[in-house]
Amino acid sequence: MDYFDIFVSILGSTIRLSIPLIFTALAGLFSERAGIFDIGLEGKMLAAAFAAACLAYVSGNAWIGLLGGIGISIVFSLIHGFASITNRGNQIVSGVALNFIAAGLTVVLAQAWFNQGGRTPSLAGEARFLPIILPGVDVMRDVPIIGPLYANVISGNNILTYLAFAAVPLSWWVLYRTRFGLRLRAVGENPAAVDTAGISVIWLRYRALVVTGFLGGFAGAYLSIAQSAAFINNMSAGKGYIALAALVFAKWKPVPVMFACLLFGFLDAVGNFMQGKPVPGIGEVPVQAFQVMPYVLTCVLLAGFIGIAHPPKAGGVPYVKER
Amino acid sequence: MTPHPAIELAGIDKSFGAVHANKNINLTVAKGSIHGIIGENGAGKSTLMSILYGFYQADRGEIRIDGKAVTIRDSQTAIASGIGMVHQHFMLVENFTVLENVMLGAEGGQLLAKGVSGARKELKRLEAEYGLDVDPDAVIEELPVGKQQRVEILKALYRGAEILILDEPTGVLTPAEADHLFRILKVLRDQGKTILLITHKLREIMAITDEVSVMRRGEMVATRRTAETTVEELAELMVGRRVLLRVEKGEAQPGKVLLSVKNLTVKDGRGVTMVDNVSFDVREGEILGIAGVAGNGQSELLEAIAGIRKPTSGEILIDGQPVAGLDPAQLRQIGLAHIPEDRHHMGLVLKFEEYENSVLGYHREPRYGRGALLDLDAIRKDAEEKIAKYDIRPPNPRLKTANFSGGNQQKIVVAREIERDPKMLIIGQPTRGVDIGAIEFIHRRIIEMREAQKAVLLVSVELDEIRSLSDRIIVMFAGKVVGEETPDAGEQTLGLMMAGAV
Repeated sequence: MDYFDIFVSILGSTIRLSIPLIFTALAGLFSERAGIFDIGLEGKMLAAAFAAACLAYVSGNAWIGLLGGIGISIVFSLIHGFASITNRGNQIVSGVALNFIAAGLTVVLAQAWFNQGGRTPSLAGEARFLPIILPGVDVMRDVPIIGPLYANVISGNNILTYLAFAAVPLSWWVLYRTRFGLRLRAVGENPAAVDTAGISVIWLRYRALVVTGFLGGFAGAYLSIAQSAAFINNMSAGKGYIALAALVFAKWKPVPVMFACLLFGFLDAVGNFMQGKPVPGIGEVPVQAFQVMPYVLTCVLLAGFIGIAHPPKAGGVPYVKER
Repeated sequence: MTPHPAIELAGIDKSFGAVHANKNINLTVAKGSIHGIIGENGAGKSTLMSILYGFYQADRGEIRIDGKAVTIRDSQTAIASGIGMVHQHFMLVENFTVLENVMLGAEGGQLLAKGVSGARKELKRLEAEYGLDVDPDAVIEELPVGKQQRVEILKALYRGAEILILDEPTGVLTPAEADHLFRILKVLRDQGKTILLITHKLREIMAITDEVSVMRRGEMVATRRTAETTVEELAELMVGRRVLLRVEKGEAQPGKVLLSVKNLTVKDGRGVTMVDNVSFDVREGEILGIAGVAGNGQSELLEAIAGIRKPTSGEILIDGQPVAGLDPAQLRQIGLAHIPEDRHHMGLVLKFEEYENSVLGYHREPRYGRGALLDLDAIRKDAEEKIAKYDIRPPNPRLKTANFSGGNQQKIVVAREIERDPKMLIIGQPTRGVDIGAIEFIHRRIIEMREAQKAVLLVSVELDEIRSLSDRIIVMFAGKVVGEETPDAGEQTLGLMMAGAV
């Protein structure tokens, strides 16, 4: 395989690995910009993956699976909201609890319902989101450089991949060009300002969490019914945390979020590719060295080496009207 | 027939649990007037205004706006009734632009694009009509406080406010900014707006209001035409007894230099230079006042002297000995007492009981315990003595500190630091959020320290306080000492120095 083929192949797998990160990080963006820290992204993704796999299997329709994933993810979001907005609980504790619930409940239910050792039955055909071959691939294939990129990176992805990339500008537009976005950004910075302007802080934050749940559902569904063909125990494997790291790395902004996710996806892809292959002069690099990179990069960022990341000011603090 | 008054409150009553915050309040505010509401902290001014702005609902009573009875359920209905409020702590989103802040809650549609041009035009009009010039595209956190406050006023006017409530609006302003604000308020009044000004500063009431109402312990005790009353009468109405507004003190008899600060430079956490090459001496038996608008390096200076913040360069000498490396506990041992600027963040642990706070920082001393154990009986007895001597109310050492009023909390800190009999005392904002009665008391204690030949360094943003207590005054601006004056220096001279204009 020559270097260009390797490059194209890594790029293709970068895209595939980045999609759940993009959905999840955008999900986290809406929640955190509204002032609700969401460490429970991982749990939402896992629960959504499970629900999507179950419903896709039962109905034989990937879209119904997706709806199921979105539904359960929104339910998780609302539980987080009930604990942290309505009852002013600690947002981290609530998020961690949801992660544990998702990790445990998915396996138990999968075992109880399907008896396959904690996984769901394999999906085939219409029950999955299958790769879409874009028009003109055959014609383009022989064009040097652009051809293989078009055929293997841009074409051949499933619908959710394209939706993820569409979600980025859409999120930006909602956040910066609509009334909802203006209020959402304000409530994450100074909820008292929103309250005194005659807007309900609680209702606004709940709506933000619904958006978070909605996007989180896509991430989960992508894992179980697009990238894979079944739900597997703990299949999110820390992606929720990496997405959170990407969110911090991107300083809570939608377009940088996409690039951060692509970067972290790329590191993951390189790590996978390098598995078992010696690097000249160094020898074999353990795959963990690549897996740790997103966290290392985020720490470096937080330490102030790549500019300063200011989290939304009111993040993590329940809103209490002052007396 | 006379027109309806802008605001009529009839029999407003509000309790929070056992606290009766507003008792049967009646108030009439004429349209197109500036009406002052004055009272000590905890007198119920803020509660009353919060009821008017829909934060709380009154238990009983009626609110009439323009003669029409209204039920103000929330801020939205208050805004709809033409009431706008400028809060003491600005309700602004700091990383938003002026325009975004003004539009928030009144965007004019689901999409922002539609509202933006209208909002720009309206801001232009308001600017022309009332002299409220602010760049609509400036980001709030980059604006000086005075301008931020203007944005708050613009927010209210943009929403069509006819009645403007200002809660302690001058607390964070320089004298010049305050004067500018007053000019704006007068223009607003002349254009027919009604203004309610909440303050505890008598001087402001006299300078700008047409009428003034005094609150005391939840009751409205009097309403006067400002022209027909005096500062003395208002003070007496507020406190319920005669108050000495002037601090009586003898000639200073300065002795040897006790505290000496030489070329001190201090940076804050972000690496910004907050104190820039500052030098001064404080002698025994004198009070050195540091005047300045909040945020010009006074806090960092105090923290450096108290051993809380490490100076970047320069020297701090106490009795000729360098002390820059010492921590607060060691500094206390050599006789430096510190009454911090912010009692909630530094002076007290609000969840502790009173007696615990009354020894905090000195709890290692042998009279309060042996080894690792505290002698609770001794501490409580000590706390009771301080409570008696400083008239701390309620006189209960087992009460949670958070449940004391601001003035009494401050007295707990003052008692703790002064009763230790230090050689020198550094004080930040001794009477911030403290009622008049307690102010008089605390000022007295500070003067007594001076008369006992202690060295006192006083930092305050209240120019009146600095002028009445200090023997010498230095002014800080942007981290530098811009000059030294005597207490006889005019307010205008000091005000200009505080604004960096000299």
